[in-house]
Amino acid sequence: MTIFDISTTGRRATAQAPLNIANVDDLIPKALQRSQETILPEVSELEVVRHYTRLSQKNFSIDTHFYPLGSCTMKYNPRGAHHAASMPGFKQRHPLAPLVYSQGYLSCIYELQEFIKDVTGMKGVSLTPMAGAQGEFAGVAMIKAYHLSRGDFVRDEIIVPSAAHGTNPATAVMCGFKVKEIPVKSDGDVDLEALKQVVTERTAGIMLTNPSTCGVFERDIETISKMIHKAGGLLYYDGANLNAILGRVKPGDMGFDVMHLNLHKTFATPHGGGGPGSGPVAVGERLLPFLPTPIVGKQHQSEKVTYYWLTEKDIPQSIGRLSAFMGNAGILLRAYAYSLLLGRDGMHEVAEFSTLNANYLLKRLEQAGFKIAYPTRRASHEFLISFSREAKEYKVSAMDVAKRLLDYGFHAPTTYFPLLVPECFLIEPTETESKEIIDAFVEAMINILDEIKSNADIVKKAPHSLPVKRLDDVKAVKELDVRWESGKNS
Amino acid sequence: MAFIPHTQQDIAAMLATIGVDSIDQLFDEIPEALRAGILTHVPEEMSEMDVLRLMSDRAASDANVSSFIGAGAYEHHIPSAVWDIATRGEFMTAYTPYQAEASQGTLQLIYEFQSMMTQLTGLDVANASLYDGATALAEAILMAARYNKRFAGKKVLLPRNIHPHYLQTVKTIVAHQGIELAEIDFSATTGQIDLACLAQFKPDDVLAVVIAQPNFFGVMEDVDAMTDWAKSHNALVIGVVNPTSLAALKPPGQWGTEGADIAVGEGQPLGVPVASGGPYFGFMCAKQALVRQMPGRIVGRTTDLDGKEGYTLTLQAREQHIRRGKATSNICTNQGLTVTAATIYLSLLGLEGLKRVANDCVVKTHQLVSELTKLPGVELLFNSPYFHECALRLPVDGHVIQQKMQEKCITPGLNLQPYFPEFGNALLLCVTETKTDADLSCYVDAFKACLK
Repeated sequence: MTIFDISTTGRRATAQAPLNIANVDDLIPKALQRSQETILPEVSELEVVRHYTRLSQKNFSIDTHFYPLGSCTMKYNPRGAHHAASMPGFKQRHPLAPLVYSQGYLSCIYELQEFIKDVTGMKGVSLTPMAGAQGEFAGVAMIKAYHLSRGDFVRDEIIVPSAAHGTNPATAVMCGFKVKEIPVKSDGDVDLEALKQVVTERTAGIMLTNPSTCGVFERDIETISKMIHKAGGLLYYDGANLNAILGRVKPGDMGFDVMHLNLHKTFATPHGGGGPGSGPVAVGERLLPFLPTPIVGKQHQSEKVTYYWLTEKDIPQSIGRLSAFMGNAGILLRAYAYSLLLGRDGMHEVAEFSTLNANYLLKRLEQAGFKIAYPTRRASHEFLISFSREAKEYKVSAMDVAKRLLDYGFHAPTTYFPLLVPECFLIEPTETESKEIIDAFVEAMINILDEIKSNADIVKKAPHSLPVKRLDDVKAVKELDVRWESGKNS
Repeated sequence: MAFIPHTQQDIAAMLATIGVDSIDQLFDEIPEALRAGILTHVPEEMSEMDVLRLMSDRAASDANVSSFIGAGAYEHHIPSAVWDIATRGEFMTAYTPYQAEASQGTLQLIYEFQSMMTQLTGLDVANASLYDGATALAEAILMAARYNKRFAGKKVLLPRNIHPHYLQTVKTIVAHQGIELAEIDFSATTGQIDLACLAQFKPDDVLAVVIAQPNFFGVMEDVDAMTDWAKSHNALVIGVVNPTSLAALKPPGQWGTEGADIAVGEGQPLGVPVASGGPYFGFMCAKQALVRQMPGRIVGRTTDLDGKEGYTLTLQAREQHIRRGKATSNICTNQGLTVTAATIYLSLLGLEGLKRVANDCVVKTHQLVSELTKLPGVELLFNSPYFHECALRLPVDGHVIQQKMQEKCITPGLNLQPYFPEFGNALLLCVTETKTDADLSCYVDAFKACLK
């Protein structure tokens, strides 16, 4: 039942609009006025509250469920950070407000820039990218601007490992590069021999995630860094997995020239059902002149500190603006508050306990008979298991297991990513989960393994206890129905 | 404190299971030289109470201003229920609905959102949102180029009366795709797109025409004539629209004889606070023929094993996690939480409520403008009908007015000087339903005092 289906002609949420309808016939030319009556729901305030409250109850979320979605870092989002960012002064501040009404906001943002420089080991930061993918775009566009600024016009290739996030190659293409994909070895590290083959004078750069999406630390990173730099290329760090090394390893120290962070992962800002995210970019010395605008600057004027905007005038070689104002400001405030709550020791703890939880969960699943993708390696903050055996022997897929886990009250891990490990789960427990929750998850996995062997059908047809059973994705594409229409119903 | 639940006993038991002596040992694959050690710029931890105190003080220093700036972000009343429900943990702390069966709440809500946006714009399909209005316009241009693959040599016409920041964002994002952008002038008397400037373009010269309704100056364009001109030149029409205004103005789907092909805009006016510029959300609607070129998530209605209705992400073959380098865009997240707020907002207001809001803004803006233009040297910058924003020529520097009115805690509008120096002293102001007659009187009195 949609909100449209409970609509009743003439009903309104009466408190929620001006009491009278003003006449604008003299102010808006007739030809420009709306004549067609739109069908928006006509409902009371209580009906709205009840409808959307009930909808919310059909969701799994961090606040209600263990959510070990690999590479997404679904950790607890502190309510304190949310409240701090929701102060009236922050919510009411217009993005183009004069500086005199902006010092509170700008001071937080300036300090967040400094924190991010510290944890990344980089020299400059722009907080404007609104998601990881936009951060990637900014980073790769800066790599391009750097080469062009040096009169180096032949570099038209970006190297990406086969295990990379889909956004990496998509971003490289958006920036006008060709993508050179390189394989990953059976131990999860990049194949250096294959890398050697593709590094040429046309190499603009390489995009890496470290720890990689295989859930292991790329041990040859220093060699890779030297190889790329020697060829005149730059290194891009995809910050999706920064949680694993926060405060312990700085991407700048690994030789990376540019990176993005996902504040909605590492800095615990809410994922909001698919956004808003935030993907600040951080750069080393060489890329400083190309950072996207605006950035917050700080100046001392006669004993007084003031904050101000750095724009294209201050950074003439900037790749430019990426949003109407300055990114997802409210998310930046949450990340700032989270940083204050954690402090420097807390940052270390993030890496330590996310890694502890992942290695503990890995060991327990290994002992229970699950197939570990990289059994000789330490897990980072996440790891891969494969159901290739179960798929072969019992015709049960990783997707079936994922759906069955929902019945047990756990959100499924990431499935079928990275593509190079067949029938895989990428599992990331995060540091904020307790041993008891992880143990309960292991129990559920063991039960499902038993079910696969004794009664595979119950797994193949899962879920059984959710608001809907397995949905027909093929029908959703073939009989495309993407909006409600009067009289149309299934 | 990193919100860690582990007791010492937990840690000991877990290390024993793993078979290591310490947590440090778990990092033994990382080369020694790379282990960073200490952070220097991140301070010591603070309690929640102290963090709230600190940020409350900072927020307070930006607060209590009566703002008359619009320029892409509009202060409207937000019903209390909107964020009470949007911030329920089940909405706020879920992720992209990859597991559809465990995400029916978010999925159905997005389906309802898509339905509302197609109704408002008069177009066939909507996506689940983009980052903001500016990036939505950039994505619309990329989409037009994918739809018309033989775009080489053709231009995208960008009028200089769209938001200057949108123009800059578009330039950054489409820079690498070989798409030619042509900025076109607007009339200095009407503020509208100058049809005379379009005469230079022949049929098939143009890939797409961007039309903002209302435009950056609040001026309403002759969208019918513009759309028909574009269609007679085989160009796509991309409308940039304010969603509040759609309750009062002709929807893009009905512009001219054929209608616009794509409509995008900033969703913020629909229940999202101005909040320093984000998070907002961009919306995008289009004609059916363009759906497979759309970027971002799209939710579809389908059925489950029992034939029961349900919702799922659809047309995923367009997206980066499947198509990688051949995807329609690198975008993955949308702005789910602000879309949640907007959907609740639109449900609470309905068309009737939204129209009351829109009309109230229009009337109040005209009310203030008519008072101000009685003053010596204050006049309309353009002689065209305007919506809820208006550009005024001033007898004194806009920056000076701004500074003087600060004493009364009023921000009179956006000083246009830095953006359009050719106008001399000029101000862009906006009045929404949040301002009372008393607020307007205060404004006029403070403004008069500045002219003395």
